[in-house]
Amino acid sequence: MKNKYSIFSLIKNAFSYHENWQKAWNDPQPKKEYDAVIVGGGGHGLATAYYLAKKHNMKNIAVVEKGWIGGGNTGRNTTIIRSNYLWDASAGLYDHALKIWEGLSQELNYNVMFSQRGVMNLAHNLQDVRDLKRRTHANRLNGIDAVYLSTEEVKKFCPIINTSPDIRYPVLGGTLQRRAGTARHDAVAWGYARGADEMGVDIIQNCEVKGIKRNGDSVEGIETTKGFIKTKKVGVVAAGHSSVIANMAGIRLPLESKPLQALVSEPVKPIIDTVVMSNAVHAYVSQSDKGELVIGAGTDDYVSYSQKGSHQIVEGTLNAILELYPIFSRMRMLRQWGGIVDICPDASPILSKTSVKGLYFNCGWGTGGFKATPGSGDLFAHTIANDEPHKLNAAFNLNRFVSGDLVDEHGAAAVAH
Amino acid sequence: MFLINCPYCGERDQSEFKAGGEAHIERPKQPTELSDDEWAEYLFMRKNIKGIQFERWNHAHGCRKWFNMIRDTSNDEIKLIYKMGEKPPKG
Repeated sequence: MKNKYSIFSLIKNAFSYHENWQKAWNDPQPKKEYDAVIVGGGGHGLATAYYLAKKHNMKNIAVVEKGWIGGGNTGRNTTIIRSNYLWDASAGLYDHALKIWEGLSQELNYNVMFSQRGVMNLAHNLQDVRDLKRRTHANRLNGIDAVYLSTEEVKKFCPIINTSPDIRYPVLGGTLQRRAGTARHDAVAWGYARGADEMGVDIIQNCEVKGIKRNGDSVEGIETTKGFIKTKKVGVVAAGHSSVIANMAGIRLPLESKPLQALVSEPVKPIIDTVVMSNAVHAYVSQSDKGELVIGAGTDDYVSYSQKGSHQIVEGTLNAILELYPIFSRMRMLRQWGGIVDICPDASPILSKTSVKGLYFNCGWGTGGFKATPGSGDLFAHTIANDEPHKLNAAFNLNRFVSGDLVDEHGAAAVAH
Repeated sequence: MFLINCPYCGERDQSEFKAGGEAHIERPKQPTELSDDEWAEYLFMRKNIKGIQFERWNHAHGCRKWFNMIRDTSNDEIKLIYKMGEKPPKG
């Protein structure tokens, strides 16, 4: 590796006041032709390029990104990583990703700050209790660590939670996945970009796709703001804008793009050392290494690409947070933002071939794509390289909306979408 | 967040309304004749346009009536509101 990061390189560069670090990735202009082009330079797209080069020896490839890498939903999520999904297909997909997360910093020689601090999901009513117990059993049958906690055990694991029985949404129990946690979202994009660049992948920023050129039923190339790029394989990883790209290619997707909001507080000393998700009231809290509370809210119900959301969504989330964590009542929020998430009717992603030869879509991750980044890239690279899905993403094909074989994770995934 | 001019109640806060998705998707006249592809198209496939989109909305916390809206989804600007059953304007 040309510039391996280590304690020695840190010391060496300290002597030159850290002014001589090499660029982590280059800024090339597009070539005329590539073996494959990935549309979208977020975590999923960059991971796809990385695994295409690393595991499938496809080095003449490019990632085109309309803004800067990691500047979309990769930088807008609340960084939660877990794999406690109900259905077998989802469990396989998300746990594949979690297993890669566990060794990712070493593999990339880039600290993605993966922290297995545990994710706790709270139950607030009898149906929640039943659903969460059922999911715990399903997780264990799939080899995923999961335990069910009583109200007292929830309180012991996270003492600042208000477990009083007379609040509006009392805590009746919860589940805990200890292998779950968080990671630094920007670092994931940067680490994959650096790894892909080193293997010869062209990462082309400020390059927006304007059209997909087809020759009958196959892809011929893409029109971009930096000119036409010829390629036989196009992998689209465009999150909220997937339908826009699909429209250019003349295919239909079952997606709706909606605003999902998050916010962070002023930084404070360590107060919450885990991730607590409360699905019934859309309140998701963890604390960043800088000390900010990272809070996730719910989606709005209308289609929008404006990267704004409704005020009442944030208000509802903060109401719930204040009831569950009275200690936060004097905290001030620093920033609030919205990202556009592409939601499938069954709340499961699409990692699939399409009716157009050489055109692949990786989309529909909805409100929870960050956790899957390494697994999604690995499986999508397999799908593109072999023109066939891997067995772990076979169920997430586009044809399931015709056959009816849906992977219904609405509510079942421990998150109300 | 934006204000919506309900055709029955007048201008109200968006929080009183519920979005009902893409407008003018017709229920199949002969459901038994439909192929799986046609069912998928009717049930799941959506335009999800970035730009001018035709939608249905419901004044859920008001008169509870449905109506149609033309809205620019890139900036949430409402272009036109018209009642159910009325034809969408051309152009």
